[in-house]
Amino acid sequence: MKLVKGRLTVILSLLFFSQFSFAQSGGNNNYLLISLVAVGVVILVFAILSLADNLMHIEGKKAGIDSKKTNIGIFPRISDFFAKKAPNYVVDGAGYYPTTKGHNLKLAGKPTGDIKTIHTNRYALKPTDFNGISPIPKVVVEVGSEVKAGDPLFYDKKRPEIMYCAPVSGEVVEVKRGAKRAIAEIIILADKEISYREYEVPNLEKVDRQELKSFLTKSGVWPMLNQRPFDIVASIDEDPRDIFISTFNTAPLALDSNLVIAGNENAFQKGCDVLNALTDGSVYLGLDARGDAPSKGFSDVTGVKKNYFSGKHPVGNVGVQMHHVNPIKGNDKVWSVGLQDVITIGKLFLEGKFDASRLVSLGGSQVSTPSVIRTYQGASIGDLVEGNLSDEKNRIIAGDVYTGKESTTENFIGYKDDQLTVIKEGDKYEAFGWLLPITPRPSISGTFPNFLFPDFEFEGETNTHGEKRAFVVTGQYESVLPMDIYPQHLMKAILAGDFEKMEGLGINELSEEDIALCEFVCTSKMPLQKILRDGLEMMREQA
Amino acid sequence: MGLIDLLKKIEPDKKKSPFLHTLFDGFFTFAYTPDTVTKGGVHMRDGMDLKRLMVHVVLAMQLCYLFGTYNIGHQHFLAAGMYPGFIEGFHLKLAHGLIQMLPIFVVAHVVGLGIEFWFAAKKGHAIEEGFLVSGALIPLIMPPDIPLWILAVSVAFAVIIGKEAFGGTGMNIWNIALLSRVFVFFAYPTTIAGDEVWVSGYTTLAEGTQATYGWAHSLFNSLFGSLDMDTFDAAKTSIADGYSGATPLALAYQGGWEKVTETFTPAQMWWGTIPGSIGESSKPLIIVGALMLIFTKVASWRIIVSMFIGGMVMAMLMNVWGATPFMEVPWYYQMYMGSFLFAMAFMATDPVTASSTNTGKWIYGFLIGFIGMIVRVLNPAYPEGWMLAILFMNTFSPLIDHYVIEANISKRLKSA
Repeated sequence: MKLVKGRLTVILSLLFFSQFSFAQSGGNNNYLLISLVAVGVVILVFAILSLADNLMHIEGKKAGIDSKKTNIGIFPRISDFFAKKAPNYVVDGAGYYPTTKGHNLKLAGKPTGDIKTIHTNRYALKPTDFNGISPIPKVVVEVGSEVKAGDPLFYDKKRPEIMYCAPVSGEVVEVKRGAKRAIAEIIILADKEISYREYEVPNLEKVDRQELKSFLTKSGVWPMLNQRPFDIVASIDEDPRDIFISTFNTAPLALDSNLVIAGNENAFQKGCDVLNALTDGSVYLGLDARGDAPSKGFSDVTGVKKNYFSGKHPVGNVGVQMHHVNPIKGNDKVWSVGLQDVITIGKLFLEGKFDASRLVSLGGSQVSTPSVIRTYQGASIGDLVEGNLSDEKNRIIAGDVYTGKESTTENFIGYKDDQLTVIKEGDKYEAFGWLLPITPRPSISGTFPNFLFPDFEFEGETNTHGEKRAFVVTGQYESVLPMDIYPQHLMKAILAGDFEKMEGLGINELSEEDIALCEFVCTSKMPLQKILRDGLEMMREQA
Repeated sequence: MGLIDLLKKIEPDKKKSPFLHTLFDGFFTFAYTPDTVTKGGVHMRDGMDLKRLMVHVVLAMQLCYLFGTYNIGHQHFLAAGMYPGFIEGFHLKLAHGLIQMLPIFVVAHVVGLGIEFWFAAKKGHAIEEGFLVSGALIPLIMPPDIPLWILAVSVAFAVIIGKEAFGGTGMNIWNIALLSRVFVFFAYPTTIAGDEVWVSGYTTLAEGTQATYGWAHSLFNSLFGSLDMDTFDAAKTSIADGYSGATPLALAYQGGWEKVTETFTPAQMWWGTIPGSIGESSKPLIIVGALMLIFTKVASWRIIVSMFIGGMVMAMLMNVWGATPFMEVPWYYQMYMGSFLFAMAFMATDPVTASSTNTGKWIYGFLIGFIGMIVRVLNPAYPEGWMLAILFMNTFSPLIDHYVIEANISKRLKSA
């Protein structure tokens, strides 16, 4: 009815205006009349067609066809003409999501060659790696006590069921405290040969969900389950709507996930089975469709729903994949699990041990021989990079250049880190650096000649290249975030403390890693990740 | 690094003399990019900052500056019927253009930047670069003979009321450059309306009037005299018979396209050898600037394209309607006249005052073009509409954004 009214108004107003023109232009009435009739005929034909189109959509809905994925109407959709064709390895039934927004930052120092194994002297578990746990958790070990891999080290007083466990066996040598006596690191002097705690692994086919959960919380793998909204350690009381796993990482110098899966195919499959037992919904696997077909270890997994993604960073982020496949709405709780974490969970059930071994890529312009290292969760950074760094002033980052933590050789890699990046510290003045920079610098802006050298690898440095300013440029964040979200308005809503708007604008779908690229490109040098975390904490306190 | 050490040594104390410190900081960060490194959050930052952004807008305007300055002199001598060729009397035209242009440029910057510096010192933050662009735009949209005190007052009004009252760069609602022009327009209408004001040197364009020259011209006279070239003394003739100084738009209002082409050829209007605001006249040079802004992604191409579409759609509708001679001006010639392209490239694209969502930008640009053309053609008092249309849409851009955002929110809540 509304549609008809709208069309009537158009026709009437056209007639109305035509009266004026008849009155004032005198001569060429014929021409006007004919064009009016022509417009009327076109509108009529269009009305009939769109009515038919609507009817077909209604029929399609009744028949249960998803109108988002298949075109059942009369009109071809724009995407039918311009959409990228899915690569031929995308099997029937799997989703294919090409994205266009984003930015690939090419950095020098890409890890190559064979995997090196480095068993560092010391390892640490850091309560600060987990969002939303109290700053002073209850430490259950004492300095000097011996632990096995998988023995609990501490738990959060608010959720005492969830155990945070030792990645390796050895002697607890130090409980380091940070500001306000918060516990920063629990350091273990590792054994040469790691001994594992023994488990009674439940049979996955018979165990009920409650038992399975309590086994997972005690065995040390529960903190690997992330819950969104808020990106926190998953809660025990609620089942997730779905569980998402991204099998590839698009961040600069990220670890090649084909190396991770090689030899671990069975463990990955087992891990997916365990996750399937934790949800009534589905386990979604995000696969890489940017180049060659992804490893068989991913594409042959059974019992999961597969979706292929192509595009630029941050398309490998699990948050972006969730947004496209099945976004978080209302009070949904959705879990995500890291790739190596799934394998650890799988190994727990296959081999009955808590195997926290990790591949870590060590890259960046300041690393002399960038390589992939096999070690364990929480390895000592000093041992990993020893003799492998240039002598300049370096910035060691546990993680990638967007989301990693600034670290020193005294620190340890984080619980979820699979990457170490070392770039130059950029604490130098540069004459007219804003106008005529002497070194090449990455940018999405067309004011740098970067588009002429698409394959150039930047060295990267930590200079801010300018000072913090108020929001001025618009549309910049949207251009690098492949989600239907308005980041700048969301940030303003957070700064204003407007809860309703924050929720409406989709804060629950985001975590820091998704917004990190927006922070990188920001002309006004705003600390977006920090603003977002503040907003998430505000939301969590409200909930 | 010797110079840096010296500069650091003379840095004024922040507490003792905040104004001097702000001033020093402003110029120091202009000369040297600071050595600050990332802390928390991302470890690398894009090479783009606000200074670089702003300076690219200024760079895009430079061709308009060059041409505008010369055109002041060109129009001045045309009025006297001398040196009708574009490059005849080159030195005199350039000298006259510079004598008119430089004071405008200097006054706009001294007043605007002075106020900006003072507020930055008061608020205790660094000088923000917003006025770099506003200060470069303001001279280009003023008539060449604008009294400097009026210019100073209008710039002060725009910067204080338009910007600092709202919280500084990034917070303003209206375009600063246009605000200063609209101030002149409403407070001192005679200086910016009518046929006389667009040609430099002739206060009233009555026949028999002579141009009067000041000390700056005598300086150039002695220089040119010693080089055995023509001097301004030779140019001291009265205004040519039948010369009115009317702009194409004024003519179009009187008698449509026919009346315009009696005085100007389309080629003249396209290349810009016509009277008008200093920077608005040359269309190809503005297009070059606009392309540079689009290519470097400094300005939003969405606004530029949609404003062009909006203006052209309205012009076509008026062609169909055709009630007045002005309405019957072919729609593609509307682009040749007035400041349509200049407003499109440099005014509407100001990211602070435009809509901030991509959908909003399409609506915003389209409506500027649409409304601006209405004001231009259907307004008996003042035959140009972009200033008012852009300020009008500046006012409405938060509303447009509000609805775009609400649509996004309700879509998210509905699917829940």
